[in-house]
Amino acid sequence: MSDHTEVCVVGAGPAGSLLAARLAARGRDVVVLDAGPRFDRAEDLQRVERELRPSHSRPDVWEMDQDPSRDGVRDSYSTTGEIDYKLNRARVKGVGGTTLHWGAMTPRLHEQDFEMASRHGIGVDWPIDYGTLEPFYCDAEREMSVSGAPNPYAGPRSEPYPLPAFDPSHSDGIVREAFAEHGAPLHACPRAINSEQNDGRSACMGYGTCQPVCPSGAKYSADVHADRAEKVGARIVDRAPVVRLDHDESGDRVVAAVYERDGERRRVSADVFVLAAGAVEIPRLLLLSTSQRYPDGLANTSGAVGRYFMEHPGIKVVGEFDEPTRQHLVGYETSVSEAFYDHDDGPAGTMIVQPYNDAGEYPVAAALSSRPLSGRLADGDVTAPFASDEWGDALLDDVRERTEGFIALKAWVEQLPEWENRVALDRSRTDDRGHPVPDLQFSVGEHASASLRRAESFLYDVLESAGATEVKTVVGPDEPWFAFHHLGTTRMGTDPESSVVNAQLRTHDLDNCYVASSSVFPTGGAANPTLTIAALSLRLADHLDGTL
Amino acid sequence: MKLSRRDALVALGAMGVGAGGVGVLRERAAESEEAMTDVLLAAAEVVYPSAVTPTREFVSAYAVGRRRFDADAERFERAVADLDRRARHDTGQSFASLSLARRRDVFRSLGADRAHANHGGTTAERVRYYVVDDLLYALFASPTGGELVGCENPPGHPGGTDAYQRGPEA
Repeated sequence: MSDHTEVCVVGAGPAGSLLAARLAARGRDVVVLDAGPRFDRAEDLQRVERELRPSHSRPDVWEMDQDPSRDGVRDSYSTTGEIDYKLNRARVKGVGGTTLHWGAMTPRLHEQDFEMASRHGIGVDWPIDYGTLEPFYCDAEREMSVSGAPNPYAGPRSEPYPLPAFDPSHSDGIVREAFAEHGAPLHACPRAINSEQNDGRSACMGYGTCQPVCPSGAKYSADVHADRAEKVGARIVDRAPVVRLDHDESGDRVVAAVYERDGERRRVSADVFVLAAGAVEIPRLLLLSTSQRYPDGLANTSGAVGRYFMEHPGIKVVGEFDEPTRQHLVGYETSVSEAFYDHDDGPAGTMIVQPYNDAGEYPVAAALSSRPLSGRLADGDVTAPFASDEWGDALLDDVRERTEGFIALKAWVEQLPEWENRVALDRSRTDDRGHPVPDLQFSVGEHASASLRRAESFLYDVLESAGATEVKTVVGPDEPWFAFHHLGTTRMGTDPESSVVNAQLRTHDLDNCYVASSSVFPTGGAANPTLTIAALSLRLADHLDGTL
Repeated sequence: MKLSRRDALVALGAMGVGAGGVGVLRERAAESEEAMTDVLLAAAEVVYPSAVTPTREFVSAYAVGRRRFDADAERFERAVADLDRRARHDTGQSFASLSLARRRDVFRSLGADRAHANHGGTTAERVRYYVVDDLLYALFASPTGGELVGCENPPGHPGGTDAYQRGPEA
């Protein structure tokens, strides 16, 4: 089967869906192909239960494969580098993409993030500046219905936030003064969650499970724009993994996206192709699309496809308090501080610090999980291997102990782009369709590690000043957690020798192949990337509409 | 605190099971459903803290409403029946007619007190999943159970955006 369209988009996450909705609304003929299914959102409450019951695992919620070490499954991957990365824990294949799962935190990058090399001699400059992107940040905030309030550390804004910010939590109030005392005053946290009914979607109902699923629909997810795109004529094809891109004889243009569906190999030809499948699957697709002309993969003359992978590594410090801290009453953080985005004090690095509202375990998770044997043994309970789980009043005491009186603070930091950190192909392993799986090879690096150590010291200072009776590092700089922000791998730049796409997001090698993703970020800052992905995608939609 | 049918409906609501469906099905309740309710009420008396009193109407509404609407109904019914069967095997009496201490012994005899919950696993794992954990889920994902640990809007319950702003004294 073959098909022709003006614009073929690979991936129905936020980048692809926003772009498709915008172009289709302007009368363009658009086809979107996504590897995953279209989910029935009427089943979200069952997804909530899968999230809350410890006998299910996180990838269960959106039907990702849980064991990536198995060959022959859709979501297999390898991690042959230093980090044993849990890629499938927080990505979703399907219409809406990982925004079905995300926490919906939407800070903008700061002005300095676009100029790290010029200002500080680290990383690389972006080929565009904050001012170029600012109108599209406003556009993205409108499209995603962001609730927020201006903060003193962010770049200038030309428009107010579409919706008012969420009020801070009682828990935020316990640490507020201490954050300010140590140089990082808290401010409202921008969220693509409706603080009031808006755009045909509910206000937040307080289910408390936003990440990974919001049954009320108050949290923005990109299936909103996929649906909108369809209403104005776009075609969304689910369960349609694109397995290669074919180019013309000259090697200057992509002519078809080849995908597999219902056991058949099919092709979509198009005037323009936009790759919007994220910073893991986009380089994988390009590396899979080898030809005589491009033996190292498509758009890879620079050799930079898959290179400069970045994440946001983080730490978590928890304080115990003698008073109730009122955790787990809302599913998102309500305050944050971007004060340490100020980089003038040396090479310690860009970071975001934040008090959480979910310290300790969920009541239901604590009630349903027997206390881990290792924990009992660590507490000196030598009878643990022979003990029953306790129910009734003993269970209630245990749940109280595990859920009450904690406050968790987190920080996450910028990781610099390094050539060695990459998404490659593991040709020794294949997925369910026989194609080599992605292989994530990366390490955190000394710059980010130094930032994490600085962050840890700061978070201890805050909790001790706030009156915590005990403070401990739950996840520390040596083995950080990751925000599951996949950045880099098809970096944007002016030099075709060292970058994959230009400032208009068009690949240097192919005239009609574009990339809309955090994979184009030359540097990653510390800000959560999705709003910037959306802004870049809307800017690309304008560009394409003007050139088609 | 007595757990009412309303508490059950709140718990069911959080799982996407509507009150109307429960009402209709209650009228259809068969003998087997009565028997299941007996077993689950007796199990709830073991599993729940003494601060709450599980009632027949709570368990009946919850048990009937809970698993009549999903693909797991059969496995759920089998797990409940397995628990009762083990009681009869060990003691010669139904699970519901045993003292609290003897009921705990039956859970131990099955291994459900140490099993990891698994909806497709061994008898012990299924009893843990469909009896013990289903009952605990109904309690601790609802405001009634959440209040026992100072969390009146626990994750899974759509209790709005006021609770998180309030202090413990409010």
